[in-house]
Amino acid sequence: MADTVIDLIQPGSSLNLGIGMPTMIIERMPPEKRVMIHSENGVLGVDGRPGPDTASPTLINAGKETIAVGKGASFFDSALSFGMIRGGHIDFCVLGGMEVDRHGNLANWMIPGKKVTGMGGAMDLVHGAKRVIVMLSHFSKSGKCKLVSQCELPLTGERVVHQVVTELGVFTITDGQFKIEQLAPGVSREQLGITPELLA
Amino acid sequence: MTSQPKVFTDATAALFDLEDGISLMSGGFGLCGIPENSIHEIVRQGIRDIHAISNNIGNSGRGLALLLKQQQISRATCSYVGGNPDLERQMLAGDVDTTLVPQGTFSERIRAAGMGIRAFYTPAGAGTLVAQGKEVREFDRPCILEYPLSADFAIIKAEKGDNYGNLWFKETARNFSPLMAMAGRTTVVEVEQLVELGDIPAEDVHLPGVFVQRIYQGRDYENVIEIPVYQ
Repeated sequence: MADTVIDLIQPGSSLNLGIGMPTMIIERMPPEKRVMIHSENGVLGVDGRPGPDTASPTLINAGKETIAVGKGASFFDSALSFGMIRGGHIDFCVLGGMEVDRHGNLANWMIPGKKVTGMGGAMDLVHGAKRVIVMLSHFSKSGKCKLVSQCELPLTGERVVHQVVTELGVFTITDGQFKIEQLAPGVSREQLGITPELLA
Repeated sequence: MTSQPKVFTDATAALFDLEDGISLMSGGFGLCGIPENSIHEIVRQGIRDIHAISNNIGNSGRGLALLLKQQQISRATCSYVGGNPDLERQMLAGDVDTTLVPQGTFSERIRAAGMGIRAFYTPAGAGTLVAQGKEVREFDRPCILEYPLSADFAIIKAEKGDNYGNLWFKETARNFSPLMAMAGRTTVVEVEQLVELGDIPAEDVHLPGVFVQRIYQGRDYENVIEIPVYQ
């Protein structure tokens, strides 16, 4: 999945990676793509992981994981970091999700009465990044498809998602439908668990 | 009234006038860049009914979570609860009145408080629970009106600071700290290295000392790595 997402990122662009699954992209991003990876805690230019000897407690990403930075990197405060996001200076963001619906609504920060993680920077990111990609497992633990007609959980943003990547395929939100861009090898439309009228 | 900051000997000396019911900003992202000495001192003092304003209110049982464990915090304003079981439990139980704020709005509200901006509109949170009860105005898209966020005290940690309070932060430890330093009515800074005037070149000052009221040399830093991920 990380490699599928990387194929969607234009060379030379800036990219914010959300907490969770998207951080896998850090290790797999090929240097020749010259992508500047942003993390909203205040760094542009994330470049892989440190060794045990070079890890620094003051050098982390938004997931609080240790990172390394490459040449050309910069550090800044949180207001500047979110100005970068809100001001439209970040080309792509990749976030995790609990539900995405056919209108591009995203839910990823709380399950009422059960779990609250908080929105962190997600509500700012979905309105700021030029292209919003949601990367998530296709089905929930109970087997329910996370690509739905209408989100039931509290929203992170309305009509904000452009593309969805799961282990089964890549989908673009188009005119109230999930347009299939590609399916993983051996996967059929029927296996997606998405109502046929929501698929294009 | 003077804008000159004062150098104190330690956390106990610098935090001499905290009271029950204060609002308290604390810098740091997770455990990165947290003011460890000041937090330990507030645990020792045992003041209560604190309104804590911090991105995570501690994490993994450390940082401001030490205050949560002692029920010293009654209100919290933050953006993220994940990784902080003490806060999630006390929030769901209704023991800590918690307001979740989108992180960009959180930083900008704090910046606005320090910078004299009275309000601003932002798209973050429009059409969500965050917009409830707030003025919504249509620009290129719906935006919500947000107000500044200040505090009685801001506790901050920097890598280096001089006698005037000029600060230099290391790597991603900067995060919310310079913003909170500007928004605190009394800003108390602890540093890894207290240096002489001029030791931080003027071009490299990340936060000018005019925003800092008190500064002291910290000690015994743990500087925990929360989630080590290696090559």
